Amino acid sequence: MPVTTSGSRSILICSGKGGVGKTTLTANLGIALARQGVRTAVLDADFGLRNLDLLLGLENRIVYTAQEVLSGSCRLDQALVKHKQEPNLALLPAGNPRMLEWLKPEDMQTIVGMLRESFDVVLIDCPAGIEDGFKNAAGAAEEAIVITTPEVSAVRDADRVIGLLNTRGIKPIQLVLNRVRPKMMANQEMLAVDDVTDILALPLLGLVLEDEQVIVSTNRGEPLTLNGSSSPAAQAYNNIARRVCGEDVPLIDPAKVRRGLRAKIGRLMHTKIF
Amino acid sequence: MTLRDFVNKLLGRQPASATTAKQRLQLVLAHDRSDLNPELLEQMRREILEVVSRYVEIDLEEGDVSLETEDRVTALVANLPIRRTKPLPVTDEQPAAESKSEEADPVWSAS
Repeated sequence: MPVTTSGSRSILICSGKGGVGKTTLTANLGIALARQGVRTAVLDADFGLRNLDLLLGLENRIVYTAQEVLSGSCRLDQALVKHKQEPNLALLPAGNPRMLEWLKPEDMQTIVGMLRESFDVVLIDCPAGIEDGFKNAAGAAEEAIVITTPEVSAVRDADRVIGLLNTRGIKPIQLVLNRVRPKMMANQEMLAVDDVTDILALPLLGLVLEDEQVIVSTNRGEPLTLNGSSSPAAQAYNNIARRVCGEDVPLIDPAKVRRGLRAKIGRLMHTKIF
Repeated sequence: MTLRDFVNKLLGRQPASATTAKQRLQLVLAHDRSDLNPELLEQMRREILEVVSRYVEIDLEEGDVSLETEDRVTALVANLPIRRTKPLPVTDEQPAAESKSEEADPVWSAS
């Protein structure tokens, strides 16, 4: 769906299960969108365990948070942390965990509504789980990206979340499959891409290969998409950003990542015979 | 079934773990999505079998009522092999139906 000038978009990034890559996707997609000229705000909706500031390398620049904005003790632009290298990107940091005691879905809607006035895209980094934190975040989103890994627990949790998003009428809902290991998939020791998309019945927005550079980039607080890295995960995040903007970018085929005879035999063994 | 699964079967090996993962997920998601717990499903299975066996003689051992899911739509699937049709209950209007079904001994399944 293209970014139109008339309407700004609010996209929830969620997974159900923790640790599958929500925050990493939010940070990298945020930077990638900003680099394409899209004015992007990333909102850390994980008040309990906030980390988006850390992945973006902005943790030392936080003065105010969503909490002060809501209570009226600062203006929105005072709380927003603009990325120095990528001025099209701004972070609205999560407030104090104590906020969870009184935060309501309407509060999140207020914040997102304010952000949408000055940004083309608002990415909402959802907390794990399907409890209040999720409900608050989901209440403020119109679209969603569900991220999962090819593991049974992550797929099951993603399914729960998709059910809840459907009930709320959030659409489109698109899928990002993270931490794909082509070799394991070829050996059929990991759920195939088709298996996951068949089960979850969602269109695939992107495939991210398992990539050590992700860890290196989080160590530094510099998302992979920031410095034009050509690592597999960086390419995947950039492609996801282009697809979010409506561009038709072909998906990579994990089977083709591996070359040589062994890979060929692996592909043959993967053929459905009946 | 993939070629690899087939080879594994020939050699008597376990199927690839991805195949197992998919099957396990499909089963658990059918239950998750329908919000039916196994106890309730078992109760429903017993009642369905009870009703069906009033009309036809079914193989209680083989009878299977399960949840299947495809494209986020969950269906209750009953596979009940019929041993033979039972004589229809005697009613005043249809006394002739009795002898007709007596000879029938089809084994077919409804699913």
